[in-house]
Amino acid sequence: MGQLSGPTDPTADARWEHSHPRKGFFTDTSICIGCKACEVACKEWNHNPQDGDLELLGSSYDNTGELGASTWRHVAFIEQGQERIIEARESGRALVNLGMPRIGPPTQSAPAPTNLAEADTTPPDTADFRWLMSSDVCKHCTHAGCLDVCPTGALFRTEFGTVVVQDDVCNGCGTCVAGCPFGVIERRSNGTVKVATSREEQHANHPEVPNVGIAQKCTLCYDRLVADETPACAKACPTTSIKFGDHDDMVETARERVSALHAQGLTEARLYGANENDGVGGTGSVFLLLDEPEVYGLPPDPRVPTADLPRMYRRAGMAVAGMAAAAALAFLGGRA
Amino acid sequence: MTLSEFDSFRPAEPARRRRQDGKRGPGRRRDNGDGSREMPMVPEQEFTSYYGRPVVKPAPWGDDVAIYLFLGGVAAGSALLGAGGQLTGRPTLCRNARLGALAAVGGGAVALVKDLGRPERFLHMLRTFKVTSPMSVGSWILSAFSAGAGVSAVAEIDRMSGHRLPLGPLRKVLQAVEGPAGIEAAVFAGPLAAYTAVLLGDTATPTWNAAHEELPFVFVSSACLASAGLAMVTTPVREAGPARNLAVLGVVGDVVAMKVMERRMDPIAAEPLHQGKAGAMLKWSERLAVAGGLGALLGGRNRVVAAASGLALLAASALTRFGVFEAGIASAKDPRYTIEPQKNRLAARRAAGVTGDAITTGS
Repeated sequence: MGQLSGPTDPTADARWEHSHPRKGFFTDTSICIGCKACEVACKEWNHNPQDGDLELLGSSYDNTGELGASTWRHVAFIEQGQERIIEARESGRALVNLGMPRIGPPTQSAPAPTNLAEADTTPPDTADFRWLMSSDVCKHCTHAGCLDVCPTGALFRTEFGTVVVQDDVCNGCGTCVAGCPFGVIERRSNGTVKVATSREEQHANHPEVPNVGIAQKCTLCYDRLVADETPACAKACPTTSIKFGDHDDMVETARERVSALHAQGLTEARLYGANENDGVGGTGSVFLLLDEPEVYGLPPDPRVPTADLPRMYRRAGMAVAGMAAAAALAFLGGRA
Repeated sequence: MTLSEFDSFRPAEPARRRRQDGKRGPGRRRDNGDGSREMPMVPEQEFTSYYGRPVVKPAPWGDDVAIYLFLGGVAAGSALLGAGGQLTGRPTLCRNARLGALAAVGGGAVALVKDLGRPERFLHMLRTFKVTSPMSVGSWILSAFSAGAGVSAVAEIDRMSGHRLPLGPLRKVLQAVEGPAGIEAAVFAGPLAAYTAVLLGDTATPTWNAAHEELPFVFVSSACLASAGLAMVTTPVREAGPARNLAVLGVVGDVVAMKVMERRMDPIAAEPLHQGKAGAMLKWSERLAVAGGLGALLGGRNRVVAAASGLALLAASALTRFGVFEAGIASAKDPRYTIEPQKNRLAARRAAGVTGDAITTGS
């Protein structure tokens, strides 16, 4: 067991003896076009079944809804008017003015920054309006709530610093579902896999719902990583909005990108998960967002519940002592 | 703002909620962030979410888990009463408490296994010991407790049936270990009653997590009063004195711990404890606990009053467990309970000058 909170190297904490660099994503939502190629590539590669019924959710172009047992990439669509854009720009500027501590020398801002704050970013034929699109994914936290609370050891820390479920070990107790501060992992209960008509004869080999009753989430394509391949979503992303690489490089890239956007006057840009002093010790998947995290359905101040576990055990110990004392008093005290 | 002629086909948007008094405090805002209507220009402490969808996922647990919370508490308290009866020479209390402990822990374990996504893999709970996982720690506590409770209860059954259980030479062993087994179960009784509170507290479910400081005290108190209630139902008043004492202590602990918990919790995260089904259950739980406690204190020497008080206490404990359970599930399903307390604590830290620990950074 490594430490329960604060900055650390999760791979070393998990006693991996070789030195694979920690892998991670950097999802730059400023260049996401909402094509959902990542969702499709993820489903295809991981053989994830259909998630519930096909239905229109009435939330812009997002009919996927949320991350879940069978949805390991989810593209959020948010439609915003001019006022909200100004608000986002202000809240982002406030973050810059906080002067967050950072590591390493300050990066040079992009060469010859052109100020785009006043630029006309209006898409054709729409009024003052913007679309936010963001591909969400498991954060592969430094201190992963799901991994900490898993009683069977089904969830484990890989040599790449990611968090993966072993579906032959998980017994579907569901503790991890409640343990995740981001609402990522879920127990699979529904969905169907349809085999292409041309391969109909293989249908018998595919259970209608694979791994039902088992907690499922993004593996950062563990099976591809061990073969030195890029995860399916990053491979499929046509705009390089989803970048994959060594975690340190991803954080550095994210910091360069956000300062470049700030230099262009786009102060609404901010990073999510790049701070190793946050409540989950930094995330393996770093995001560049253009508004407050809750707008994208992300928690504004997540904290891994296990960080408070020693305190909880102490309180429980006191309660146990109290119960024993009450029982002793009940037998030894008067009135009986 | 009209964007296209197809806007009329959009589904109806959820009505915007406002505080009745017209004040803009930390109220909720369901504006979908889509710019389709006017928005206030003070974003701080305002509540935005992604189409009203939950941020965290509720535990996929059904009523089985709430039943286990209740039965586990009954079993734990019963083992303590059993051991006490064993040590102070109250054979009827000891027998009834031991049988109650085995029945409760057996039923609870069945409920737990039934709630698994893959019940046939329940033994995977014991393939490792993880101190960071309250569920793992609890599985081992439950196993250790069940061993002692099982042995001591089987010894009682053997005695009740006039030594008719087909034990053969094992009967001597059973009679030898019966006493130590009862004590062993009592040793694990406290942890069995308390670990479930840590299990709920160690989640991202807003109401449970916010309650983690006091929930163990609520749960052990509830275990005490429930097991005492069971003993008051099953055991003649002559031997049930300690059960009556434990009932009164449990009721006092339960009511006080619940009040302290609600006061010390984040006020927003505490709301689900007062609303809807959970709120009604917790309100009735308190009433029944007080009624049962008074019954035990004032009329516990009357067999009928004792039995009625015992039933009230059992019901009170069940309602406490179901209420806390339901409140947590409800808090996970509404993004407000995740987002608002987090925004508030982040703002409070920033106001206090702590700026280095936010997940959102400007650089």
